Amino acid sequence: MSAAVKPGLVADSVKDAAIAALLVAVLGFFFFALRTDIGTGGLDLTYRWGLWFIAIAIAFGGRLLLNLFVFKTAKPITGGMSISIPEGVKSGIGRVLGPVLLLIALTLPFIVMAVYPDRDRQFIDLAILIMTYVMLGWGLNIVVGLAGLLDLGYVAFYAVGAYSFALLAQYFQIGFWTALPLAGLLAAVWGIILGYPVLRLRGDYLAIVTLAFGEIIRVVLLNWYEFTGGPDGISGIPKPSFFGLDFSRTGGFAEFFGLDYDSIHRFIYLYYIILILALITNFVTLRLRKLPIGRAWEALREDEIACRSLGINTTNTKLTAFSIGAMFGGLAGSFFATRQGFISPESFTFLESAIILAIVVLGGLGSQIGVVIASVVMIGGIEILRNLGFLKEIFGPDFEPTQYRMLIFGLAMVLIMVWKPRGIISSRNPSAVYKERKKISSDMVAQGEGH
Amino acid sequence: MEYFLQQLINGLTLGSIYGLIAIGYTMVYGIIGMINFAHGDIFMVGSFIALATFLALVAIGISALPLILFITLLVAMLFTSAWGWTVERLAYRPLRGSFRLAPLITAIGMSIVLQNFVQITQGARVKPLPPQIQGGVTLIEGVTENGTIAVQLSYMQMIIIATTLALMIGFSLLISKTSLGRSQRACEQDQKMAALLGVNVDRTISLTFVMGAALAAVAGFMFLLLYGVIDFYIGFLAGVKAFTAAVLGGIGSLPGAMLGGLLIGLIEVFWSGYFSVEYKDVAAFSILVIVLIFMPSGLLGKPEVEKV
Repeated sequence: MSAAVKPGLVADSVKDAAIAALLVAVLGFFFFALRTDIGTGGLDLTYRWGLWFIAIAIAFGGRLLLNLFVFKTAKPITGGMSISIPEGVKSGIGRVLGPVLLLIALTLPFIVMAVYPDRDRQFIDLAILIMTYVMLGWGLNIVVGLAGLLDLGYVAFYAVGAYSFALLAQYFQIGFWTALPLAGLLAAVWGIILGYPVLRLRGDYLAIVTLAFGEIIRVVLLNWYEFTGGPDGISGIPKPSFFGLDFSRTGGFAEFFGLDYDSIHRFIYLYYIILILALITNFVTLRLRKLPIGRAWEALREDEIACRSLGINTTNTKLTAFSIGAMFGGLAGSFFATRQGFISPESFTFLESAIILAIVVLGGLGSQIGVVIASVVMIGGIEILRNLGFLKEIFGPDFEPTQYRMLIFGLAMVLIMVWKPRGIISSRNPSAVYKERKKISSDMVAQGEGH
Repeated sequence: MEYFLQQLINGLTLGSIYGLIAIGYTMVYGIIGMINFAHGDIFMVGSFIALATFLALVAIGISALPLILFITLLVAMLFTSAWGWTVERLAYRPLRGSFRLAPLITAIGMSIVLQNFVQITQGARVKPLPPQIQGGVTLIEGVTENGTIAVQLSYMQMIIIATTLALMIGFSLLISKTSLGRSQRACEQDQKMAALLGVNVDRTISLTFVMGAALAAVAGFMFLLLYGVIDFYIGFLAGVKAFTAAVLGGIGSLPGAMLGGLLIGLIEVFWSGYFSVEYKDVAAFSILVIVLIFMPSGLLGKPEVEKV
């Protein structure tokens, strides 16, 4: 340290940290130091000076350390963290990363069962959840990443898919496999219905209108009690069968194949369903990028006026993007319904749309592998909080790490975005190339700017 | 007729609150062209600060209600402004000049952070505050077959409408007469040119957020007094409706935001009064969709020119 210290570094850092602490003191006064609770005869006010001082101290200490070692010093210790990978190795990793992840995904249930035999159900369930978000992310990536249409109401199509299957099952006793394509189709139709009126809009306005559509669908589901069950939701949604075999204790899958009955079979089966659905989404997206329609999407994203001048029918291009994206959302929704066995409008709030969009943007818009990484980091990382039992021993038995889930999620969204505005994966493979195929920086790609 | 008049008064009251929030959206959109998604939650933070201040002042032993209300208003504006400034500094300023989606994502992130921060520190349960200002004047008394029906203008409603009017006039003067207002209008037109001419663009943008937050705090306090119950989630719906108001009035236009707010308030109240309460949010959202599709520049906004 001694050689690298700039004159005035310490004084500067302390001053800056003091400002940060003062800010936390001001901001936190009404939230840390005071708390209102419902008491006898109205609201009671309780004082928590200790908590307030702790928050201020943490802000001061944290900011001071960051200043001394990262922000203000000539040699930030984080400098060592960004390892410079040679270009050849980097592209090598890039090339094998996809297949390696695919291999892991294909064998995951068996790896989990071998490594964590006592908690396999929990981990496979988590993998199913992550995979659902991967599929939703890939579906939304078509709309936002490829066509550049910012959609904040993607959850509407997820809801349409889930409710289509649940209602078909309830009123017509249709099974999962028959309902799945129907749900996809219905969601695609809804994609066109909701997409048609917003064709003229771009950028932020499009985002807000799609948000409004998502909320309208949720409010209708919530209030149309006779048809959708309103806030009570729909329960008893049938489980998927394996070529007519269900996963019950007798006469089902296990008996047919001469295996011992184990409820884990159903989890593994669900995992493979969502894995295949997700892979289909990925495959279709990658193929579509090579077709004229995919090229048109990307051209539309880069410059709509140029697109129109070149004779591309922007109406059809946008509508196909909307409806294909919606279809995959609907398929994922149908899967969600069969996995849960119960759905209610609660599951389709704006927050869900925000999470999906965050996954797509944080992973790197238009990057397929980025969506996977972002889903694992954001959804998996949040779930880790459930397993931090040792924190209870530090902070006392009342400490519940899971209540900080969304707070940390939101902070991560802000921090990752500030750190890497173009997402975790910062290079793109252009669909069309001139002379040689090479990756380009994501700065070269338009992203939902709508110009 | 009496029912209609009563709803009109209720609608104007609610609309004033939406209008105050809408000003924050419209100013920020006008100056940096982004939707400050966290603004609804700043409004929510403002109402929580107002609640805590109010209770603390009562606990200290101040008994004069007008004094309590006035101090609460000032404190809420001041502290909420600090929140607005911090959000801008942490989440938006580092991304200035980045692509357009980036600040929208951090804004959504900030909205999630604020909601959950308040939920964790203040609890998830609703906070009821008994009505503080009671009474009013009866304007008209009519007789129907069901008995008498009176059109009431409560003191509470008077205070809300009067405060909103005063703040509107004050802010209009601020924008049109002061040097800060001039800088703001300059930045709105061309940030680079404004910077070249010696306007501190960063400071101006920060102050825009501070002003928006202060008005949102007033709206939060009014909301608390009017409805008497708040929770950590009120920001989302109020935010979307206020944004609708800003768009309806023509985004970027200050009188437009107020007009839009009043219209949204009236539409919501009349829809609840004459059609169905359950679908009142659908009414607000549908208006947003219709306005954006058929007249994207709103009632008082300038039409956007498409440039190649």
